[in-house]
Amino acid sequence: MDERGSVNLTIELNAIYVIVAREFKKFIRERSRLISALARPMIWLFLVGAGMSRLVRPVEGVSYTQFIFPGILGMTILFSSIFSSISIIWDKEFGFMKEILVAPVSRFSIVMGKALSGTVVSTIQAAVILLLLPLVGMSLDPVTIILVLLVCALVAFSISSFGIVLATFYESYESFSVIMNFIVMPMFFLSGAMYPVKLLPQALQIVSKVNPLTYGVDALKHLMSPIREGPMSPDFPFLTDIGVILLASVVFVAISSKLFERKG
Amino acid sequence: MDRPPIIKVENLVKKFGNITAVRGIGFEVEEGSIFGFLGPNGAGKTTTINVLCTLLSPTSGSASIDGHDCMKQSALVRKSIGIVFQDTTLDKDLTAFENLSFHAYLYGVKKTEIKGRVDEALKFVNLYERKNDLVKKFSGGMKRRLEVTRGLIHRPRVLFLDEPTLGLDPQSRTNLWEFITELPRRHNVTIFMTTHYMEEAEVCNRIAIIDEGKIIAEGSPVELKKTVGGDVIYLSTTDNEGSLEILKRTLGLDASIKDCELYISTERADACLPELIRTLADRVLEVRIKKPTLNDVFLKLTGKAIREEGAGATDTIKEAVRAYRRRH
Repeated sequence: MDERGSVNLTIELNAIYVIVAREFKKFIRERSRLISALARPMIWLFLVGAGMSRLVRPVEGVSYTQFIFPGILGMTILFSSIFSSISIIWDKEFGFMKEILVAPVSRFSIVMGKALSGTVVSTIQAAVILLLLPLVGMSLDPVTIILVLLVCALVAFSISSFGIVLATFYESYESFSVIMNFIVMPMFFLSGAMYPVKLLPQALQIVSKVNPLTYGVDALKHLMSPIREGPMSPDFPFLTDIGVILLASVVFVAISSKLFERKG
Repeated sequence: MDRPPIIKVENLVKKFGNITAVRGIGFEVEEGSIFGFLGPNGAGKTTTINVLCTLLSPTSGSASIDGHDCMKQSALVRKSIGIVFQDTTLDKDLTAFENLSFHAYLYGVKKTEIKGRVDEALKFVNLYERKNDLVKKFSGGMKRRLEVTRGLIHRPRVLFLDEPTLGLDPQSRTNLWEFITELPRRHNVTIFMTTHYMEEAEVCNRIAIIDEGKIIAEGSPVELKKTVGGDVIYLSTTDNEGSLEILKRTLGLDASIKDCELYISTERADACLPELIRTLADRVLEVRIKKPTLNDVFLKLTGKAIREEGAGATDTIKEAVRAYRRRH
């Protein structure tokens, strides 16, 4: 393909497969990671949601807990995708990244493998959270559930590739809490997950609009909530949401492939 | 040398910002041999390895492995090499088997062959019984063996070992060397290794000594040691004066008396010792032989022992490399 030597498609696909398989194995093996990944959304849904439901009146029969359900799905995806991609910093710190970088596979495949790792584990967690739907008094037909999972996978892919871009800038895992506090938490609060973007002050609305998670949460609201008017309705058209997510994915994958090329 | 060299390096220069880590080195490595790259920490060994295994591009000069250019044909070079880095690069949360099969997949080993090759590799380093244990339960020596055997799974032409025995206890070290010296024969592979333990370099067929980014000597261990003179025999006898006469006249040896001992300087002590003892017979009380070491060679060439590492210099280079990475 290029002068650096021919690119063998089978090798590239095998590499992507094995990078995803590794992440999946580790995900299943680490019980504590699995449990805390599922506990966090439940705390938000049932503790924060229950308290806030007393303050916020239901709109068109939709309670606050039901309103934040798409946002909680978005949060689940955000945390698990970023966590999956940030593991690159661990791999750098403990040397395993070198094993991957000296292999005869393209940087693009390594990035794809990592982005798909985050996609797979995040979508599985989102599916588990969907099992809580009856507990908040919601039900969705099978077609919508499939559409919701597809959107979840798309959002997971774009957030994971964003996480890879982040991971290339940090060399040690001490930066983990910096990333969590200054990037992940603001991304969550400014995504429209807990309160509508259109109610935010102007300056924060701008930040929300460059946050890829905002469009993910918005797309999920389109699919899961019947409200089409008023403050609790979606903020953007559905196709805009999907378009932005796809565009963000392409941009982040391109940037991280370039960054890997250089740093590798 | 009938066949073309498997590794060829010409005029290689690598600068990090304004620090020059490698200053125009060149060498060739013969296929199937063990080539040792010796020098103190910070001499440029790891930089050279990183260029050869395509992780760094050089500032100028050229390097090729098995006829493939390390800069322009990096994918082909990566396929034909295996690497064991200084620091471990295993995933401690995966089992021994999983670490090796991960590697096999990454290097495009056929799916049907992976299990067989991994099992064989584990048996080769006596870790087959532990194949399903997580690597974090392994000792330092076991991890190293696992890494070396992993580097061979895709059947590379060249295996790079960067300070393979660093941090191992003496027993694991000996075991590892026995294992490494068998590799060229058993796996038809060329070994390129770096070490700053001079005594370990004795197993090499050929050695290049590098200091401050330049190769200052190259040859077989025997050739290099010849440059610092031959062996020395120290001898105590019942009658040193009389023995000295006999040694000089009958055996024609270069002998003298130093500190109440006979001091004999010779090309090869083991060759002349039987004759010497037979001739002097009952007069001999005690015999000691001192052979020159590679450390003596290094000492002679640089005026310093290899272990007196200018820790400062190493840190300066590491710091410069880090700063350089941040900027680019």
